[in-house]
Amino acid sequence: MTDVLERPAHAEGHGHEEHGPTGILKWLTTTDHKVIGLSYTVTAVVMMVIGGAFAEIIRAQLSSPNGTLVSLAQYNELFTMHGSVMIYLFAGPFAFGALANIIVPIQIGAPDMAFPRLNALSYWLYLTGSITMLSGFFVAGGAANFGWVAYVPLSSSVATPGSGADLWIGGLLLTGFSAIFTGVNLCATIFYLRAPGMTMFRMPIFTWNLLVTAILILLAFPVLTAGLIMLYADRHFGTHIFSVAGGGVPVLWQNIFWFWGHPEVYILALPFFGMVTEIIAVFSKKPVFGYKGMIFATLTIGALSLGVWAHHMFTTGTVLLPFFSIMSLLIAVPTGIKMFNWVGTMWRGQIWFSTAMLMAIGFLVTFLVGGLTGIYLASPPLDFFTHDTYFVVAHFHSVVMALVLGAMGGLYYWGPKITGYMLNERIGKAQFWFLFVGTQVFTLPMYLLGLRGMPRRMAVYPKHPSWQYLNDWATVGAVLIGISTILFVVNVVYSWKRYPAGDNPWDGHTLEWFTTSPPPHHNFYRLPPIRSERPTWDYNHPEHKALEHGHREPAAEGSAK
Amino acid sequence: MRTEARVLLSLGVFFAIMDAVYWIWSKEDAGGVMIIAGTLLCFLPGLYYFWWSRRMRPRPEDDPHAEPAQGAGVVGTFPGTSIWPFTLGMASFVMVLALVFGVWLLVPGLGLTFWAVVGATGESRRGGQH
Ligand code: HEM
Ligand SMILES: [Cu+2]
Repeated sequence: MTDVLERPAHAEGHGHEEHGPTGILKWLTTTDHKVIGLSYTVTAVVMMVIGGAFAEIIRAQLSSPNGTLVSLAQYNELFTMHGSVMIYLFAGPFAFGALANIIVPIQIGAPDMAFPRLNALSYWLYLTGSITMLSGFFVAGGAANFGWVAYVPLSSSVATPGSGADLWIGGLLLTGFSAIFTGVNLCATIFYLRAPGMTMFRMPIFTWNLLVTAILILLAFPVLTAGLIMLYADRHFGTHIFSVAGGGVPVLWQNIFWFWGHPEVYILALPFFGMVTEIIAVFSKKPVFGYKGMIFATLTIGALSLGVWAHHMFTTGTVLLPFFSIMSLLIAVPTGIKMFNWVGTMWRGQIWFSTAMLMAIGFLVTFLVGGLTGIYLASPPLDFFTHDTYFVVAHFHSVVMALVLGAMGGLYYWGPKITGYMLNERIGKAQFWFLFVGTQVFTLPMYLLGLRGMPRRMAVYPKHPSWQYLNDWATVGAVLIGISTILFVVNVVYSWKRYPAGDNPWDGHTLEWFTTSPPPHHNFYRLPPIRSERPTWDYNHPEHKALEHGHREPAAEGSAK
Repeated sequence: MRTEARVLLSLGVFFAIMDAVYWIWSKEDAGGVMIIAGTLLCFLPGLYYFWWSRRMRPRPEDDPHAEPAQGAGVVGTFPGTSIWPFTLGMASFVMVLALVFGVWLLVPGLGLTFWAVVGATGESRRGGQH
């Protein structure tokens, strides 16, 4: 059953009938990036729900000082698996495996990913890795319980002998290889499968961000994989790479982990930055403001992210504080450029407050809070004061909840393209308000808790009037977020095949809106001439001359004034 | 091809400078070595693309005035569906479980891997002939 990857000639090109097996066998044998991407999307959303359920249990336990919902040991498993599931099994795979897998090839006019079978392998490694990690709950001794960062000596075979820890390592090995293969695939696709006229500086920002993400994956993930193998060797083969007893260096694990861990933050964030950029431009009916500046900022963030890892280790006393502090603060500059460009894109635009747009704006606000508090944490004197308190938990939850908002925006924006059907906007907006308000109600009290000295990773805490009401508010926020997730599921069920989308419901800019919804096998029946970074818009609005970016007349912005 | 090369090479140059500053200033080896690895990982494909970009004619995707028809035609041939990625995935799963539940699992794991690799290779051959 050979498949010839073909590109259509022009407007009158021919379609490509899908063939091959159906049903479960189709799912097992597919190499179509859209089917694989959809499997990724569904799996990642399921992981988000699982990780979210752990979070709700955590917050329920913390709603009173001496909570008895779970035991102390179970609490350790819960926060470890909450963090691990959310970072390794939801945010990462959703960022570079789900929507990216579906949208990037279409945005550049490619018939599929460069290595379709490798793409399928990535998904199977992700799925089996997730199962491996979660199965820790079913073995004697329970799941991993050393935090999502697995610091030694806590993760050594003496402190954590159980096989839950080994399943955690094994699961990460599988998902790590999955990520590396996806990185290779994205790079090759973007370098080699662009349509004629789609020069690098006409690629949509989303695709650009995934290119930088893919490069970061290739730089960072091999380091994590190597570290995990060393950790496993220390646990079972009697090596002493990380144990003082045998002459090893425990803090080396932290260096290796964060050398992956900080780039990982941008591997998670950049794809969502890209989604939000597309959404804001389309729903403001304007081209992206400062297109090249945006790309330059992304590349700068990618470059700097390799030199900041030890800002997670300021308090170890073993790192060069000024270097890591300066490098971390420098990242605020390109991030600030992006913020201004997003606002600039909306400025005097004709803004359409769809659910996707609301989610994108919610992302901006929430990410801004997370980014600004990150500046505090990048200054060692302030970090010494707040390290390992709820201030840090609040900081990174502002960031990751912004990513959840971005993910939801992406699903509302591209969902119609992928399935052919829209989601209900009313339920969507209700979901947005629960998610957005819930996020702030959940994170803001945790900042104060941190400043008032409450340490993280505590199942019980002293009865302290100035701590109690803040914990109550955080729990209320978590409940609101939980309701928003239920609303999302309700929306998917309610809207199932209810509102046909048409090919271009949002008057989109980029190539995915040129093809049908859902796109045919190999994506395109025809391609427009590509003369700017908005080929679909140029085609649908011939009244606006497509000018090279940077020289766009105000008139080309349509009725923007 | 030129822009692709430039992106990778400029990242490589940045990492090289950063590593020099870091290593000389901190005298800490783990980070120094890891950044060097990153530097090389940028230079390797970067130089390759650079070398090619000087030898090949610009591709339609590098030409701002290219028409869709210039890229029409066969991009590549692949098996339309394949069971081997799934097989290889399951093989890797079994091998990772060997880390936890016992070395004997390596026997079916490696067997499955071998089967999948042979199967996938044969499939590529056949796929290429059409
Ligand atoms: C419903 C939304 C969420 C709630 C209510 C929630 C709640 C919490 C709480 C209370 C903690 C601190 C536990 C402790 O230190 O004792 C925590 C830790 C953590 N959360 Fe969340 N979270 C949510 C969403 C997320 C998301 C979306 C991500 C990532 C994408 C995430 C990643 C993490 C990580 C990495 C940790 C650190 C775990 C550790 O200390 O090892 N969380 N979460
Ligand atoms: Cu960091």
